[in-house]
Amino acid sequence: MDAELLLTSMMTLASGIPLTLILTLASLVIGLVLSVPLAFLRTSGNKYFSLPVLAYTYVFRGTPLLVQLFIIYYGLGQIEFIRSSGLWYVLRDPFWCSLLAFSLNSAAYTTEVFRGGILAVPSGMIDAAQAIGMTPLQQKRKIILPIAFRGVLPSYVNEVIALLKASSLASTVTLLEITGLSRKLVSETFAPYEIFIAAGILYLGLTSIFTSGFRVLETRWLNAPPKQAAPDGIIAKQVVHGS
Amino acid sequence: MQFVEGLKTTVLLALVSGALGMIVGLLAAAAKLSRFAPLRVVVGAYTTIVRGVPELLIILLIYFGGTVAISSFVGRYVEINAFSAGVLALTIVFGAYTAEIFRGAVLSISRGQIEAARSLGLHPWQTWLLIILPLMMRIALPALGNQWFSLIKETSLISIVGLTDIMRVAAVGAGSMRAPLTFYLAASALYLFLTSLALVVFNLLERRFAVRGH
Repeated sequence: MDAELLLTSMMTLASGIPLTLILTLASLVIGLVLSVPLAFLRTSGNKYFSLPVLAYTYVFRGTPLLVQLFIIYYGLGQIEFIRSSGLWYVLRDPFWCSLLAFSLNSAAYTTEVFRGGILAVPSGMIDAAQAIGMTPLQQKRKIILPIAFRGVLPSYVNEVIALLKASSLASTVTLLEITGLSRKLVSETFAPYEIFIAAGILYLGLTSIFTSGFRVLETRWLNAPPKQAAPDGIIAKQVVHGS
Repeated sequence: MQFVEGLKTTVLLALVSGALGMIVGLLAAAAKLSRFAPLRVVVGAYTTIVRGVPELLIILLIYFGGTVAISSFVGRYVEINAFSAGVLALTIVFGAYTAEIFRGAVLSISRGQIEAARSLGLHPWQTWLLIILPLMMRIALPALGNQWFSLIKETSLISIVGLTDIMRVAAVGAGSMRAPLTFYLAASALYLFLTSLALVVFNLLERRFAVRGH
């Protein structure tokens, strides 16, 4: 093991961090935006809404991300219709293909995570929201979603970390993020230990930044609503109504 | 069809590394719960590092690192066998994740059970084998099932270092027949079949070992 090589390769590989972060964060945001409505459809009583979403999450969670990425990057070009359309400009680019694959994959996992959270919202809360005359959309936005999201935050963090690690698959479609750069560097120098370990240290740093960032959020959201404050507020309101 | 061979390789890879990984996970969980601090620290470092690094990177490190190690040992260029590199990498990964699952499950066993075993005069390893292991397995089962699904999907990464599993067969076919969509869709159908099979097996296991009132 050559410590100097380890350090210099860490410097070189650090230039792959932005691409890793962009891929992770962008697919995280897209996945989040897609998964909220999908989770509500998935939990709706209507079979015509819930079954298609179930099929989507089942297929995307039941097959390897690598296959999904290859279907999008290599496979879609086989369809003449896509080749001749404007979509081809997007779908022949490895970056957009990776982003698409990661977003769809992340949306599938996040939908199931949120589904669990939505189902765990106490029915009394929803009854109360109905009783004070909230519309279904208001109930979802103001009551169900915040409670559900808070409840599933720990599992959501796991999904975020999984996505960060999954972004390394972008190296298989020629993108030069951390893993891609390290593979290129290894093929040039053939010093796999130092370079891959350097890459590992970078990922470990990123995952620990993500976990500690979310831990701050968790303590703020899970413990912050002080437990005495809520009953006080209700009592105060009751007094106002009563007088 | 070439896919049959690929399917066999994938299933074999998953089963071997899953079985070995569960053994590693059990040992690591026991080590994490031990009173001997240095052991806890070492095993804690193992699970933290492995779970914080992409699986692909671990596979690449073991494959290329192993090739360098063996080549320098033998004195000429020898490529490590992709299957054994895959088993080793997936065992390390699976062991780290299952260690956490098993550790959590052991902690949720009530102390009374273990104290009862002690007072009956069971040896510590008898306590582990006869009391802790069966009690903990049923608690760990749902999370363990999830980990097996991940393992089946992770086997596809070994194709990157040249193992002829489902994924590799699909890639070769896609290249030679110029029909990537067909081949990769076929591969995803096979993976979906395997994960569905694992789902059914774990549902049966969970029903079989269900604890009343849990």
